[in-house]
Amino acid sequence: MDHVVTIQDLANDDIVSVLDRARELLPVAHGDKRNDVLAGKILATCFFEPSTRTRLSFETAMHRLGGNVIGFADPSATSHLKGETLADAVRMVAGYADAIVLRHPQEGSAQLAAEISEVPVINGGDGAGQHPTQTLLDLFTIREEVGKLEGLTVGLLGDLRYGRTVHSLAAALARYDTTMHFIAPKSLAMPRRVTTELPDGWSAHAALDGILPELDLLYVTRIQKERFPDPEDYARVAGAYTISAEILRDAKPTLRILHPLPRVDEIATDVDGTDHAAYFRQAFNGVPVRMALLEMLLGSD
Amino acid sequence: MTDKLLKVQPIRNGTVIDHLRAGAGLKILDILDMAGTGNTVSLLINVPSSKQGRKDIIKIEDRELTESETERIALLSPGAHVNIIRNYSVAEKTAVEIPEEVAGVAHCPNTNCISNNERGAISRLLLRNREPVQLACAYCARLVAEEELQFL
Repeated sequence: MDHVVTIQDLANDDIVSVLDRARELLPVAHGDKRNDVLAGKILATCFFEPSTRTRLSFETAMHRLGGNVIGFADPSATSHLKGETLADAVRMVAGYADAIVLRHPQEGSAQLAAEISEVPVINGGDGAGQHPTQTLLDLFTIREEVGKLEGLTVGLLGDLRYGRTVHSLAAALARYDTTMHFIAPKSLAMPRRVTTELPDGWSAHAALDGILPELDLLYVTRIQKERFPDPEDYARVAGAYTISAEILRDAKPTLRILHPLPRVDEIATDVDGTDHAAYFRQAFNGVPVRMALLEMLLGSD
Repeated sequence: MTDKLLKVQPIRNGTVIDHLRAGAGLKILDILDMAGTGNTVSLLINVPSSKQGRKDIIKIEDRELTESETERIALLSPGAHVNIIRNYSVAEKTAVEIPEEVAGVAHCPNTNCISNNERGAISRLLLRNREPVQLACAYCARLVAEEELQFL
């Protein structure tokens, strides 16, 4: 494994290795144990587009393993605005660092960077394309929270059309004999280019009613206001897909709810105190999972 | 028999592109950009064919095709035959095939793909499936339908 551009770059065994190692690294991720396995290594975080969680969790992961971080979070402070190509920027950064995390607004940018860079490139999100480390931390969270990945019944709810997170997650869950329910308004349904790649065992629904009691896991995504020309349409649709403690009375007690965050009001705050809420632990899991991945790419053995 | 029916003279030197999918001829003529070259070109549309039912044929005098042109023909009409004619006889005959990777020939249809936005980037399409033809961008993985092909 040289670069991590898409989740498809990781074989099933690679995924298991990352998840197993992430669990072992939990005490280090929490700061309870020290580990200097990446001492002397430098990670470059190149964020041509803003991101808080992805960038900070990569930086924390690197620091917790004794490594150092360089980079930028705002392309306006770089030569990008002077017209420098991504290829030139990558060649330059590859000379300064041992690995690169790239977030870029255009699809395919991480693939282009991987073809040029002499050091491993990790895709930290390319436009509406891929975000493989988010998928890894989602899988890790599911396994930690539910106890296994195989044979689960999972609901994906919200904006399934534009959310790259749910596209990669659906593709990854297909490896684990998952029964998938896609719950979205018609205008934000899961695209055909995603569903055609899935084996049987998925179905699409306009509402959560009737499905909720079957679910082991509910993955909620934000419905963005910008997707609706008419603000009233947005208000109506968003309201219909809000998860509250009241709605969850029908759910299995073991149901876990995930959300890539930030949330607005698609999950009411009264859910936060229930056993169902796993989204804050999910956000933390970005650290051990990215530690495991960095160790795999940069560690000496 | 066919020659009589077609009333088109055999050419002495040049290229005959045969067994084109019926309807592909005009598009291919367009991408070959023969206007202004001075070569004599004939296009035959909907020629009866025992194998294909109907086919198109293009005859170009005094010119052989480049590799990039052959790739374009393959993308629009895989299985077409390119015959190089020298002194009235077929000197070479090849069935065009879409290569596993087609570089610098057609744009990715995704306008937000890095290959359409980065100076100096060369578009690359990968052949995902041969029958039916399915191509995907090597960068953003966007699937490319034949009618979306925009040649460079």
